Amino acid sequence: MAVMNNVEAVRATLHDALATDDRTLILGEDVGNRGNVFLITKDFINEFGPERIIDTPIAEASIVGIAVGMAMEGLRPIAEIQFADFIYPAFNQIVGEAAKTRYRSNGEYTCPLVIRTPYGGGVRGALSHSVSIEALFYHVPGLKIVAPAFPADVKGLLNTAIDDPDPVLFLEHKKTYRLIKGEVPEGHYTIPLGKANVLKEGSQLTVVSYGLYVHWALEAAQMLNDDGLSVEVIDLRSIRPMDRGTILASVRKTRKLLIVHEDNKFGGIGAEISAMVAEEALFDLDAPIRRHCAPDVPAMGYALPLEEEYLSSPAKMADAMREMVRF
Amino acid sequence: MPSSHTTPSTFDRAGLSGEQLVAMLRTMLMQRTLESRGFQLNRQGKIPFASASEGHEAVQAGAAMAFVAGSDILVPYYRDLGLDLGIGLSPYEVLLSLFARAADQSAGRQFPHHYASKRLGLHTISSVIAAQLPHAVGAAYALAYRKESGRAVLVTFGDGATSEGEWHESLNFSAVHRLPIVFLCENNEWAISTPLDRQMGQPDLWRRAAGYGMPGIVVNGMDPVACYVAVRDALDRARSGGGASLIEAKCYRFLSHTTDDDDRTYRSPQEVAQRRKDDPVPRFEESLVAAGILTSAELASLKATILAETNEATDRAEAMAYPKSEEITTNVYAGSHEPWR
Ligand SMILES: Cc1ncc(C[n+]2csc(CCOP(=O)(O)OP(=O)(O)O)c2C)c(N)n1
Ligand SMILES: [Mg+2]
Repeated sequence: MAVMNNVEAVRATLHDALATDDRTLILGEDVGNRGNVFLITKDFINEFGPERIIDTPIAEASIVGIAVGMAMEGLRPIAEIQFADFIYPAFNQIVGEAAKTRYRSNGEYTCPLVIRTPYGGGVRGALSHSVSIEALFYHVPGLKIVAPAFPADVKGLLNTAIDDPDPVLFLEHKKTYRLIKGEVPEGHYTIPLGKANVLKEGSQLTVVSYGLYVHWALEAAQMLNDDGLSVEVIDLRSIRPMDRGTILASVRKTRKLLIVHEDNKFGGIGAEISAMVAEEALFDLDAPIRRHCAPDVPAMGYALPLEEEYLSSPAKMADAMREMVRF
Repeated sequence: MPSSHTTPSTFDRAGLSGEQLVAMLRTMLMQRTLESRGFQLNRQGKIPFASASEGHEAVQAGAAMAFVAGSDILVPYYRDLGLDLGIGLSPYEVLLSLFARAADQSAGRQFPHHYASKRLGLHTISSVIAAQLPHAVGAAYALAYRKESGRAVLVTFGDGATSEGEWHESLNFSAVHRLPIVFLCENNEWAISTPLDRQMGQPDLWRRAAGYGMPGIVVNGMDPVACYVAVRDALDRARSGGGASLIEAKCYRFLSHTTDDDDRTYRSPQEVAQRRKDDPVPRFEESLVAAGILTSAELASLKATILAETNEATDRAEAMAYPKSEEITTNVYAGSHEPWR
């Protein structure tokens, strides 16, 4: 097993996909000559050629729309949106077109397409290089959404996304890109979408998260552990489809649920999880469900205090967890 | 654009055989008959909605004749029934779409005339203006990438679509990569109620092509043979590595936008009556008869056959079942549809 960070895991997986299937190509802004702004596709253009590593004009709607047309005609495009903050011009093509291709043609045409994009904050990215976009898309049937936190999951889930016969939005938390390192198994493997991972077992509280916050939630749970409190931490990994069974089994055991996410609370992923648990397991709960999320503001500010106030932290999460355990 | 009346004496076949010319007329008549049927069924309360493309028959029949079915790819828009018929869609498939039956190509999900057939090379579209253009570009990229020379993509749209960002993005990308694609604008001068001079400061759409670095061609959209020639040449250019072209076919929309629209609220009946004089269907009939390609008796029998086919297709499609309610969740994804696992 090799130790990689998340950038290296994305890069290695893309490289394997390009090397093994010539239907695969990458299109996006600065993916060729520059090799992506985070150097994920560095030198791919030399190895695979400009026909497969396409530096597009700055035109997000057509980056996705052209990929949709390629996918309909039998290619396996991987479209990149340089930062998630710039995905809005492509909303129509993702929600109105990619997600509905199979349904509206009753399966005659399909859209096997991966859209990768770095999202999330904590890197002093200000208003337009920090957003979380998952809640804007997880409402949409026909789409799948993945948000891995660890390099090994990045590889397994990206392989699955590339093989998937339907459009997948692949969200890469940019703060985890170089911060998070881990062992990545050799060879080709896949991890099914819709399977959460219980990262730490515990008995007094279930904490559900994804992305960067999974790492902070683990740190926070460790702090509580040191005080003799036992918290279970679940990494969703996949947001649509989502793993109901793992969440419910855990909640039925710990009888308390805290959801933590970087995105703001109102209408966020936590809302759907809360509703599902309330529908399925209300009488198994010993405390109200809580959501620990960003404040209801349009975006993360540039000034350090604004960014810090927007974000949680392991310490803030530990406080929220303690409150729940004591309830 | 001079809308020169094709006089019988100067009738130019552009190399088309009598059989091909009659096939074009047949497509035009079939289009008109099926669309009238849609309006009738709507008035009878049998279907909730219908639309028509009266005024677009010539450009569509011409374009369809230039298209090579089974090889080229068509990415149409919703007002393209004649083009769809011209490349091989059957009247029965049209009626299934109008009646929203289970056997319809979208299984009753889509508005009328939103087909999807790999057999015909006919792409699935939504009703969202200009959204199909990038798909056409992606398809053209796929052909170029696989070096399938000899094949090309034909994508169509109205004048209204040319204001969308995706329109610009699509022409631009196609020019950068010299893709095998033909952009065909069916300029009928109206986007629902908005006339051309409220849509653009410069009404000659074809001139925009120069800004992208591709050939721009303007053609009388009321003349099927001229439209055939323009689309044929552009498709040939695309198929042989010559890159993308933009064609503007100047036509007109004789009817309201759809059965839900009343064009008397925004344009005068006099204007429409004046433009009716250019109606391409009777004019092409006359041309073919005058040139001796078709006798009056043959024309009458062609019309009778088309009506009989339309009636037969109507009865057959109406008798078919609606989609079953449990079908609602099929084909959301490849496997079962379940947001929770
Ligand atoms: C993106 C989008 N905006 C608005 C509409 C509503 N709409 C449907 S048809 C139409 C006019 C389109 O005009 P044009 O492109 O000229 O085509 P025509 O109907 O004249 O053939 C509009 C505004 C739509 N379908 N999609
Ligand atoms: Mg129009």
